[in-house]
Amino acid sequence: MKVLVAVKRVIDYNVKVRVKPDNSDVDLTNVKMAMNPFCEIAVEEAVRLKEKGVATEVVVVSIGPKVAQEQIRTALALGADRGILIETEEKLESLTVAKLLKAVVEKEQPQLVLMGKQTIDSDNNQTGQMLGALTNMAQGTFASEVAVDGDKVNVTREIDGGLRTVALKLPAIVTTDLRLNEPRYASLPNIMKAKRKPLDVTTPADLGVAMTSTLSLVKVTPPAERQAGIKVGSVEELVEKLKNEAKVL
Amino acid sequence: MSKLINQKDLEFLLYQVFQAEQLTELPHYSEHDRTTFDGILNTSSRIAEDYFAPHNAKADEHEPQFDGEKVSTIPEVKEAWQHFADSGLLCARHRYEDGGMQLPSLLHMAANAYFMSANPSTAGYPFLTSAAANVIHAFGSDEQKATFVPHMFSGRFAGTMALTEPDVGSSLGDLTTRALPADDGSYRIKGQKMYISGGDQDITENIVHLVLARIQGAPQGVKGISLFIVPKFHTRADGSLGPRNDVQLAGLLHKMGYRGTTSTVLSFGEKDDCHGYLIGEAGKGLMYMFKMMNEARIGVGLGAAMIGYRGYLESLDYARNRPQGRSPAEKDPLSKPLNIVEHTDVKRMLLAQKSYVEGSLALCLLAARLVDEQEAGENADSGILLDLLTPVVKSFPSFYGPRANDLAIQVLGGAGYTREYPVEQCYRDNRLNPIHEGTHGIQSLDLLGRKLWQHNGKGQQLLMARVQATLKSAQGKEQLSELTASYQKHLNTLLQTTMALGKALQSGQVSAALGNSALYLDMMGKMVIGWLWLEMADKAIDTFGASAAEDDQQFLAGKLQAARYFIRWELPEIEHQAKLLAGFDDTCTTMNPDWF
Ligand SMILES: Cc1cc2nc3c(=O)[nH]c(=O)nc-3n(C[C@H](O)[C@H](O)[C@H](O)COP(=O)(O)OP(=O)(O)OC[C@H]3O[C@@H](n4cnc5c(N)ncnc54)[C@H](O)[C@@H]3O)c2cc1C
Repeated sequence: MKVLVAVKRVIDYNVKVRVKPDNSDVDLTNVKMAMNPFCEIAVEEAVRLKEKGVATEVVVVSIGPKVAQEQIRTALALGADRGILIETEEKLESLTVAKLLKAVVEKEQPQLVLMGKQTIDSDNNQTGQMLGALTNMAQGTFASEVAVDGDKVNVTREIDGGLRTVALKLPAIVTTDLRLNEPRYASLPNIMKAKRKPLDVTTPADLGVAMTSTLSLVKVTPPAERQAGIKVGSVEELVEKLKNEAKVL
Repeated sequence: MSKLINQKDLEFLLYQVFQAEQLTELPHYSEHDRTTFDGILNTSSRIAEDYFAPHNAKADEHEPQFDGEKVSTIPEVKEAWQHFADSGLLCARHRYEDGGMQLPSLLHMAANAYFMSANPSTAGYPFLTSAAANVIHAFGSDEQKATFVPHMFSGRFAGTMALTEPDVGSSLGDLTTRALPADDGSYRIKGQKMYISGGDQDITENIVHLVLARIQGAPQGVKGISLFIVPKFHTRADGSLGPRNDVQLAGLLHKMGYRGTTSTVLSFGEKDDCHGYLIGEAGKGLMYMFKMMNEARIGVGLGAAMIGYRGYLESLDYARNRPQGRSPAEKDPLSKPLNIVEHTDVKRMLLAQKSYVEGSLALCLLAARLVDEQEAGENADSGILLDLLTPVVKSFPSFYGPRANDLAIQVLGGAGYTREYPVEQCYRDNRLNPIHEGTHGIQSLDLLGRKLWQHNGKGQQLLMARVQATLKSAQGKEQLSELTASYQKHLNTLLQTTMALGKALQSGQVSAALGNSALYLDMMGKMVIGWLWLEMADKAIDTFGASAAEDDQQFLAGKLQAARYFIRWELPEIEHQAKLLAGFDDTCTTMNPDWF
């Protein structure tokens, strides 16, 4: 069975995010970029399915600028078989991404699509769901366990009250949560082998998808600096402050 | 825990100062690019963080045990070893055909830096193994290579280097371990070795000792020394193992630091049945071993630099978070205390550390860059320069790394003296480095007695050409004009001192010229590090001068300030050293042992 994994190039999670002085966006100049951590988990799951003999081919797709090839290469080094870059310099919106992925799904006909539940740059948590709606495929979101069983996949989902397991008919979409697995690191020989694996580059136009934008980014502001704490003299003073200053009581 | 390394610093050194991407233009490295380099660094930092750093303190506290039969190490060491081996790092420098990934030395050095910072004693096992495998790979017969090397690269076997004996350390020419020719073409080894790192352990199936010994009838001195492969278990051509070879663990040594690495006393041939296999030609053992030792010496420099670096980051983190005291001008006892990082004297200690450890890391990466140039045949001179610099690459970090750790302890105050904080272990671990792989004193004799004058002093010329290129570029920058001017002045002092010592050596005053060699080594180290600070400052201005980003500006300012510190505070010490050296001060030489 063929597995398609979507990966996104985002700001590295170790980097302290800077906002542009004019508050128009996050400043990405000279900033270290990496694969979105949830996407890494999706790649890992796909590679494990391949190692178990469940998956026969793992295809990674990314949408973004030319340099997003780096993240595809990372996925190839982790064990994916081939990559597809949909090259665009445009700003990405979830719905456009879902439409582009739909086009790839139609072309590749995967039995399973694995993607992160959200990306750490825009934190929307909606692309997987949109793709489900567009393709009419079953979806299992926030997965902490994935077990393929014949023409079904059982997905254990992390929900507020605990875990819920759903059985989806294949082909299906699964979005990954943090506890699904612990992604591996790429071994050195695999980093080299990744360079020889096929990586096709296409464009939104080739796939017949228009990069229309329905959202405009109004303003980006950094979180307020945390104020230094104060020491209170007594429990009474604490209660008084909680009541009258913090107004939480 | 603080970070293992400042990632921005490492990337700046690799990609701006040492131009790592240029290496990919060489045919041997043409399959590499920035992505493969970053991928390797990423893999290395993850393994170091996940499998090496977490048991650094535990391995120190629970040193390896020997019950008379078996050695036991904590299980985390074996797990770390396995990850290191599985990732392909053991043979990363080798050709693709041999299972390697043709990694440039520069990147390999950077990858190793994470492990040295995370856990130097566990890192000792794989580093020794790579080095030993490299010697067999370079000088062994085809059969020896096939029998041992693949299993060392895969992590099934580990390797050691067995030079030192109970009575022979620095003076290897005197070693007494013997090798008797046997009928089957192999040899029977007999003798004792001491301080052998990794000489026994419970991590790998087999251990491949590289042993220096004298074949029966061979001449005294270094020309009589040969190199042998002595496996712990007899090893068949297909790598499968037979019974034990006659090499026994006589005991473990109990050390100040580096405790996770076993330090062993080994007995070879107690039952006259220790099989050894000659590598290459008889009498060339020391030359072969030097191939390993030169690599190991740069590795020691890197280890010292990174343990120093780790202590610097730990003490910086502490200083930023420890409130204590007020500024001397503050009179209000109720005012908020400062974090100690604001106190000038604490800043002095942090600056000194920064200048030593970032300078040392730059030096080790420079050495690696020279290895790459030499191997690629890009520049034949690089090998000559590397030869000259090797004693400095080993010694400057080894001397100043522990000094940095000493300052890290001081920054933490009482906390630094407790085992609840990691800096005292850094100090103990780092204190080994001026001792092994040729002591500080031996390195200084090597530099002043040999390396300076090899190839008719060509190494010195090559070094000066590089220094001049940096000065030329730096002179054009206003922020660096004061520093370049004072550097020039001290450089002239060094050149004059070197000339005076050279003349004395030529006229046969060997003892007078070499008597104060350790001072000279220190002087040379300071000049080289001062140069690298100018180089870093110069490149930092080029790279970040125009950037509007706050962290770029802070990084740049930090580099400039550390360059100022080193050149204003530390470098001028060479003037006094020069006086003692060029005046052939004989206070130490004329001291009579009976007067103590
Ligand atoms: C933790 C640890 C790990 C080690 N690992 C290994 C290993 O894996 N394999 C191995 O073979 N060895 C190993 N060694 C041994 C190490 O290389 C030796 O300890 C070192 O070479 C010094 O030898 P020595 O201890 O006999 O000291 P000595 O040679 O006795 O030196 C003592 C002092 O005398 C000085 N000195 C000696 N000769 C001269 C001279 N000609 N001129 C001026 N000063 C001189 C030295 O600088 C030193 O200060 C290890 C040692 C330690 C502590």
